[in-house]
Amino acid sequence: MADKDRADDARKKGGRDQPSAEEAALSARLRDLGERLGRHHPDRPSDSGPRSTADPSAIARGFRLSVELVAGVLVGAAIGWLLDRWLGTSPLGMIVFLLLGFAAGVLNVMRAAGVIQPNRLDPPNKRQ
Amino acid sequence: MDPIHQFQIKNLLTFGHIGGHEIAFTNSALFMLIALAVIAALTIGATASRALVPGRMQSVAEMSYEFVADTLRSTAGSEGMKFFPLVFSLFMFILAVNVIGIIPYTFTVTSHIIITVSLALLVFLTVIVYGFYKHGLHFFKLFVPSGIPIYILPLVTFIEVLSFLSRPVSHSVRLFANMLAGHITLKVFGGFVVMLGGLGFLGSLGAILPLGMTVALTALELLVAFLQAYVFAILTCIYLNDAIHPGH
Repeated sequence: MADKDRADDARKKGGRDQPSAEEAALSARLRDLGERLGRHHPDRPSDSGPRSTADPSAIARGFRLSVELVAGVLVGAAIGWLLDRWLGTSPLGMIVFLLLGFAAGVLNVMRAAGVIQPNRLDPPNKRQ
Repeated sequence: MDPIHQFQIKNLLTFGHIGGHEIAFTNSALFMLIALAVIAALTIGATASRALVPGRMQSVAEMSYEFVADTLRSTAGSEGMKFFPLVFSLFMFILAVNVIGIIPYTFTVTSHIIITVSLALLVFLTVIVYGFYKHGLHFFKLFVPSGIPIYILPLVTFIEVLSFLSRPVSHSVRLFANMLAGHITLKVFGGFVVMLGGLGFLGSLGAILPLGMTVALTALELLVAFLQAYVFAILTCIYLNDAIHPGH
């Protein structure tokens, strides 16, 4: 009985040891992958420590993003209003261009935040 | 006590009238000239000695050159260096005008949207003219992203055009609004100090809080003055990059 318990314990221990070895291998691979990614993006800082909420450049960044959104909406509204005045299509132009302007604003924000690549004149496969 | 009063344009010298409009030398123009004088003193005066080991002022001038050149090279490539005079002038002008505006009793030129819009439109038109000059009609491909299904391509192109048109708006409003809001906040807190100070001993004690706030805000404004000049310059570089580079 006691022997069997010991054997069980040993198996459990072994069972516990095995995943830990796997985990070590996995974390080594993760480190390797992280290093390779770091080589691909040398401009990105490797440490992602928590940033202070009072960081003034974060305030500037937030302000920049909000202005980008507002600018898109404003330009859309202005174009819609002008088209309505010239073509007499009120309020269709305003509605359509306000929505398009909002989409453009969201696009601006995503570009400014670096979520999507900025537009370039060339297709991406032409770049090195 | 009126926080808006500091932004008033005053005529210092009237030259005459053209088409019913008064042509005058205003306080805004005066502070632009002062900014130009400061920049000229820094870039021409301080580098006149051309010492191999730069003195204090000469190294400030050299550092500002290096700073703008590095920013331009890293965003628009070495080909973008042909626009270095434009970007350097914009950066130094906005920086000088912003920093001078922090000094009490001065006028902040960039707190008027007409100034920032002119600067932003200058960049915007430079991008368009140079883009068409360099690439011709190929420049329109900027609005047509590749790899988009044909049935939503017109919509996406339209949104891209609107996004392009909104650039000068956000470019100018950002600088203008930052300077305007910062200076109004500063003035309002300064007004609190005066109001509380007039209420006797307890009021004077209470006035310490807004006074400390004013000191902190002045430091923040100095940072904002530099940061907004930098942001304006780097966005100029990013926009110019669109006009310059067919391949990156």
